[in-house]
Amino acid sequence: MQVKTTILSLPTEEFVHPGTRACTGCGLAIAYRVGLKALGKDTMLVVPPSCLTVLQGLFPVASTKLPCLNVTFASTAAAATGILATLKTQGNTHTTVAAWAGDGGTGDIGLQALSGAAERGDNFIYFCYDNEGYMNTGAQRSGTTPIGAITANTPFKGKLQQKKDVPAIMAAHKLSYVAACSAAYPLDLYDKIKNCLHLPGTKYFHIHIPCPPGWGYDPRYGIKIGRLAVETGYYDLYEIVNGEFKLTAASEKLVEKRKLVPVHEYFRTQSRFRLLTDAQIADIQQKIDEKWAGYYNKDE
Amino acid sequence: MGTRNYRRKTSHSEHGPGDGGRTGSWRVERPVLDQSLCIPCKRNKEACFICWLFCPEIVISRTIPPRVDLEYCKGCGICAEECPTRAITMVDEAKFSEEDKE
Amino acid sequence: MHIIENGNAAAALGVKLCRANVIAAYPITPQTPLTEKLSEYVERGDMKAEYIPVESEHSALAVCIAASSAGARVFTATSANGLLYMHEQVQWASGARLPIVMCVVNRAVGAPWNIWNDQQDSISQRDTGWIQIYCADHQQIIDTVIKAYWIAEKVSIPIMVCYDGYILSHTFMPFDLPDQEKVDGFLPPFKPEYALSPEEPANLNTVTLPDVRLDVHGELAHSYMEIRYLLQEDLRTTLTVAADAEKRFGEIFDRCGDPYIESYRCDDADHVAVGLGSLTYQLRVSVDALRKEGIKVGVMGVRFYRPFPDEAIANALKGKKTVIVFEKALSYGYEGALTSDLKSALYEHLAGTGTLPSVQNFIVGIGGREIRTDDLTQMFRSATQGRVSREPTWIGLKL
Repeated sequence: MQVKTTILSLPTEEFVHPGTRACTGCGLAIAYRVGLKALGKDTMLVVPPSCLTVLQGLFPVASTKLPCLNVTFASTAAAATGILATLKTQGNTHTTVAAWAGDGGTGDIGLQALSGAAERGDNFIYFCYDNEGYMNTGAQRSGTTPIGAITANTPFKGKLQQKKDVPAIMAAHKLSYVAACSAAYPLDLYDKIKNCLHLPGTKYFHIHIPCPPGWGYDPRYGIKIGRLAVETGYYDLYEIVNGEFKLTAASEKLVEKRKLVPVHEYFRTQSRFRLLTDAQIADIQQKIDEKWAGYYNKDE
Repeated sequence: MGTRNYRRKTSHSEHGPGDGGRTGSWRVERPVLDQSLCIPCKRNKEACFICWLFCPEIVISRTIPPRVDLEYCKGCGICAEECPTRAITMVDEAKFSEEDKE
Repeated sequence: MHIIENGNAAAALGVKLCRANVIAAYPITPQTPLTEKLSEYVERGDMKAEYIPVESEHSALAVCIAASSAGARVFTATSANGLLYMHEQVQWASGARLPIVMCVVNRAVGAPWNIWNDQQDSISQRDTGWIQIYCADHQQIIDTVIKAYWIAEKVSIPIMVCYDGYILSHTFMPFDLPDQEKVDGFLPPFKPEYALSPEEPANLNTVTLPDVRLDVHGELAHSYMEIRYLLQEDLRTTLTVAADAEKRFGEIFDRCGDPYIESYRCDDADHVAVGLGSLTYQLRVSVDALRKEGIKVGVMGVRFYRPFPDEAIANALKGKKTVIVFEKALSYGYEGALTSDLKSALYEHLAGTGTLPSVQNFIVGIGGREIRTDDLTQMFRSATQGRVSREPTWIGLKL
């Protein structure tokens, strides 16, 4: 990565107004704010029904200072393609088109349109903010909800299936850029956006978003929990540039440190994981260890 | 109202603060800064500003000292949790007088 | 210039003449050759447009909605299940007040699968707030596409230009290809009142509340109910705009007619057949045959189905003895959709005046079942002699 932005070198211009309807301590608000700083004023946004719809405001007040098109749930990526087409007819190659959709709007209902746009090589940047559930409608399970998590419609058994690996699905489209980021590491997110804007075709970002009501924690611990997800090796920060995989930021440092925080430290911070048994946690820990053994091997 | 301007025929929103109203009323506790522990205050120059970075509501100013806009601060406590010197503490709203709350 | 081409080509030529610059394309029989023709124009450089081969019809209309919101003149086409798949977007486009023009090449809907012609697909979309115009021949197809862009951009409401699959889409007919210069004179470049851009940012189509609310300037803004009312109000105004379009078109291209209905031998008719699309031309053969028998009949094609030209239709049928509606679709559980709308218009304008005709409904050609002119003539004749049935009568059933 070329740029290494610090807090002090981060641009100070804000593109979102305070006083939104987002929950207290919303992780998306942090990622969205920094993401827009990286995108800048010359940007057009596309947003499907999601937490962001609410954060952006109800008619007739908008909290975002950038132009934004709200679209139907399944059509985010197709709408981004449409805006891009109009810009092309106007000879405009400088305006960035950025889609911001939730995990459901990306990996479940939105996957078809996203895959189509990626295959066509449509030149926009797509952000999936993954709070691991349909949080806007009351925390129902989605494809990216992790195994064992209690949600509004997996109330007594927790989710039985694995978390869908959407970045891997997008990487299989041979995109020029795929990134995994976290709201807890906003400078990493900022740099990754800045580094990829010049690359061709669809750029895909997957952002891990701590969610206080959906995950079950006191809002003040949101960043700490987001960091734990990374420090336990459970959620990795990486980028895939033209097919080449590379861990970044704190995840990259973990390869040097060779020491992961035990994953149960992450699970016990959130009430949604209270159903996980010791056996399940041990199984998850093993899978993490295997994954990281692979990372260590590549490093050597 | 009553106008048939095109912009009134669609859901067309312009930007401004406070879509959620006075979200400061959501708070049960508010952040209080001890300037003697705050790094940019002590050094009297730009430094740290982690509270500014992580505020989800963008109500902490990037100034010396950082100031909280109580009109909109929801009291999430992230600034207090992330401050490296524990310069910010979350204090029960009830402790503040009616005047302070205005 | 007169050319001989098929209906899909006529539509494609219309789109090319209108200089649409964003086209979304997804294949579905019998629309496919239309968008294939457009891809030829774009790839050869005859048409300057972004041609987007989308991965579904839902996305096709999504692309059009977004591109139109940003200020482009857009086009897509579909049939049957493709139209049904994009239904969510169909509702969205009218609510978002976008001047999208879409050709619907009428085809039967599944289940079960059927690729042949009837009109259930577009009829099932009549409540969505789109303008719907039905074409009876290739000249009407190309002319209607051109008029559609003018009307749509004037009233900011999307338009479905409907024509029968296979019967019109795949058959060849001679028609006049309008001059590009004249089309440019009729239809100027699209200048939207508002287009999404960083220069004038706005948040479009976000959540509205049940009640009104102050905007950022401290003024009360409309809410959902007002926005929806204005769509209805503007749809009714479209009837006047359609008449303007017809007049203007006539001045430039030297051909025009009644904007809402197309009548044949109706003036002195006692009994009038009514239909949508190419069926009305087939009915002219029946009309001529029955006239030879001395029965005074005529046929009226309805061109504008939505907004429904209730007054024009009631005036045209005032005092007739019988109105016989032949339909290729129905509102299941009751009767033909056009029949219901027509009865309602007649009742509204003529009840109590002593000029109310009786109405008979025939259902024909469902799933592309061959419509034999002799059968049409026979049922038409029976209907003039007395009411065949209170329920819709299906012609050509082989139970």
